[in-house]
Amino acid sequence: MKTRDLAYIALFAAIVAVLGTLPAINVGPVPITAQTLGVMLAGSVLGARRGFLAVLLFLVLVAVGLPLLASGAGGLAPFAGASAGYLFSWPLAAAVIGWLTERTWDRYNVALGMLANVLGGIVVIYAVGVPVLKVVAGLPWETALWSGAAVFVPGDLVKAFAAAAIADVVRRSYPVIERPRRAVDTR
Amino acid sequence: MTLALYVPRSSVVHRMHAGVKLLGLAVLAVLLFALPTLTAAGAALAGVLAVGLLLARLPVAVLARQARAVRWWLLALLVVHALTTDVRTGAHVSLRLLTLVLAAAVVTATTRVNAMVAVVEWLCAPLRLVGVRPARVGLAITMALRFIPVLIERADRIRAAQAARGGSPRGLRALRTTIAPLLVQVLQMAHDVSEALDARGADDVPPPRRRRSPTLETP
Amino acid sequence: MRFRRPGAVGTDVDVADPTRGIELRGVGQRYGDRVVLDGIDLTLSEQRVGVIGANGSGKSTFARLLNGLVVPSEGQVLVDGLDTRTQVRAVRRRVGFVFQDPDAQIVHPTVAEDVAYGLENQGVPAEERAVRVAEVLARHGLAGHADHPAHLLSGGQKQLLAIAGVLVMRPARIVFDEPTTLLDLVNARRIADLVVGLEQQVVVVTHQLDLLDGFDRVLVIDRGRVVEDAAPGPAVQAYRALMADR
Ligand SMILES: Nc1ncnc2c1ncn2[C@@H]1O[C@H](COP(=O)(O)OP(=O)(O)OP(=O)(O)O)[C@@H](O)[C@H]1O
Ligand SMILES: [Mg+2]
Repeated sequence: MKTRDLAYIALFAAIVAVLGTLPAINVGPVPITAQTLGVMLAGSVLGARRGFLAVLLFLVLVAVGLPLLASGAGGLAPFAGASAGYLFSWPLAAAVIGWLTERTWDRYNVALGMLANVLGGIVVIYAVGVPVLKVVAGLPWETALWSGAAVFVPGDLVKAFAAAAIADVVRRSYPVIERPRRAVDTR
Repeated sequence: MTLALYVPRSSVVHRMHAGVKLLGLAVLAVLLFALPTLTAAGAALAGVLAVGLLLARLPVAVLARQARAVRWWLLALLVVHALTTDVRTGAHVSLRLLTLVLAAAVVTATTRVNAMVAVVEWLCAPLRLVGVRPARVGLAITMALRFIPVLIERADRIRAAQAARGGSPRGLRALRTTIAPLLVQVLQMAHDVSEALDARGADDVPPPRRRRSPTLETP
Repeated sequence: MRFRRPGAVGTDVDVADPTRGIELRGVGQRYGDRVVLDGIDLTLSEQRVGVIGANGSGKSTFARLLNGLVVPSEGQVLVDGLDTRTQVRAVRRRVGFVFQDPDAQIVHPTVAEDVAYGLENQGVPAEERAVRVAEVLARHGLAGHADHPAHLLSGGQKQLLAIAGVLVMRPARIVFDEPTTLLDLVNARRIADLVVGLEQQVVVVTHQLDLLDGFDRVLVIDRGRVVEDAAPGPAVQAYRALMADR
C-alpha cells in the first residue's frame, strides 16, 4: 500500500473522529451521531478497501483510549457495551458502500450513491447492531428494533443523502477511487 | 477537539510502560462492568483522580477539560435513567462513564503518542504473516492524530472565509459550498503529506536486521 | 558486489558515483495529452542551482523529478548514476526534498520525534538517532524545542524543522521547492542564509529572485522548456524580459 493511500485512510479516520465532536442526540441506549456520516463518506470517497481500513483505524484510535466517540467515550469499554455491535459494523458498512460505489463509479450520481449508502450504511449497520443490542441489553426483539433501529432511520436517510451529495462533488473535482489516466502516478 | 495531549512531567505514571497503562485501562473497564455498583464506581473515580493528580501531577485543568467534554452526555444518562429506571442507576452509569473517560485522559496525558503507537505496532506484529507492516499501522495512526486538529482548523477557516463574504450556508447548500470543498482541500493536503513522507523514505522497507545488506537494496 | 564505504555522506552507498551529479537525459513529462516538461537535457553538478519561471511553467514537476517523486514519462533522470525509475529508494537517500508548505511536512507530535522520522526509515539505531537529532536541532536553533509540540511552532520555525528533518538524513543533495514563499521577511532571510551555508549541493525553485545571489547557475523554465541556463544575473534578466512580454 502506498503512503498516499495510508494518508487518505488516516484522513478519513480523522474525519470520523471530528464528526464525533458535533453534538449527539441521545434517544435511548444508542445515540444519534454524525459519525456514521463519516463512515458513509469513507466508503463512498475512498472505495471498499481504503474505506474499510479508515474506519477500522478510527476504531483502533478509540480502543487505544482516545475519547473520540460522539459521547466523548473511548477505550475498550464501548466495545463491550450495548452499542458495540454498531461500532463493529462500521468498517463492514464502509466496505459494502465502497464496493457498491466502485461498481457504479462511471455513472455515479446522488441517487445511486444514496442507494449504496442505504444498503451499506443502514442495512448492514442494523443487521449487526440490533442483534448485539438485543443480546447485550437483554431486550425483546420489538424493543430492540424500535430503540435500536427505527428511531434512527429518518436521520440515517438524511446522512445517506448528504454523503452521496458530497461524494458526488468530490468525485468530480478530486476523484480518489479511480484516478483519471492523466494523473495515475503522481497525485 | 479536546484530545488530551501529552503533559510532560517526570513521574512514575509517565515512566510506566504504555502497554501496562493501556492494559490497566482495559482491566479497569472490565472491572467497572463486572462490579456494577455505585460504590465501586466511586472508589474507582477516587483512584483515577489520585493517580492523575497526585502521582502523575497532572494539572486539574487537563482532567476538567475531559469532564466538561462529556458533561451533557452524563446529564442525559442521568435523566434517561431517572425516567426509565431509577436515579441510583443513572448516577452509577454516569459515574462509571466519567471514571473511564478520566482514566483514558490520564493515560493519554502521561503517554507519548509514539509510545502508544508502539504498543499498537507490537500488537500488530502477528499481522506480518498476512503482509501488514506494523510500522505502517503506526504511521497511519500518527497521521490521523495529526489530521484531527488540522481538519478543525480548516473547517473554521472555510467558515470564516464564507462569513467574510457575507454567507453562512446551512443545510443542503452547506454540503456543496462548505463540506465538499473542505474535503477536496484536505484530500490534497493528505496527498502532500504523503509525498513529503515518501521524500523522507516512508516507503523504504526497513532493514531486516540492524545492518542492511546493500545487495537487497534495489528492487 | 556492493559495499558500504565508511565515512561517506549519507548512510547509503550504492554503486553511486558522487562526481556525476544529477543528469537529465531527454526528459519529458506529460499528464494525458498535456505536456508539462519537454526535451530537457542537463547535468547539474554545481553546488548552487536556482530554478525560476512563471506559475505553472513546470518548476515543481522539474524539482520532483530530481528525487524520484515524479518518474519522467520520457527519458531518464540519473542521480550520481542511479536511475530514479529503478532505484528510487537509493535516489531518495541521496536527494533530500523540502516543500513549500512546512505544515505538510510535519506529522509527528513533537519536534524531536519528527526529525527522527527519516532516520527510523533508514534503520538507524535508536542511540545514534538521538545523537544525530540533538546535533541537528542544536545547529539550527531548535535545541530548546525538542519536546515542543511541532504544530505550535511559528511558520519560520516549522520550515526550519522541516529542513532539519531532511538534513539529519545527511543527503548529498537537497532540492527546495519554494521554501520561503509562506514565510515573512525575517524568516525567509533566515532560511535563505541556512541554504547558502549548506555544504550539500542545493537546487532551489523560487519566485524570490534575491535568493539566487551568489548561485552558480540559474535555469529559467517556461512552458515546460528550459529557455535560459546561465549565471544569476543574465538568467534573471532573461526571465524579466520574458515576463515583460506577457
Ligand atoms: N499530477 C498532475 N496531473 C495533472 N497535471 C499536473 C500534475 N502535476 C502538475 N500538473 C500540471 O503541470 C503544470 C506545471 O505544474 P508545476 O506545479 O510544475 O508548475 P510550477 O512551475 O511549479 O508552478 P508554481 O509557480 O505555481 O508553483 C501545471 O499546469 C499543472 O496543472
Ligand atoms: Mg510549484
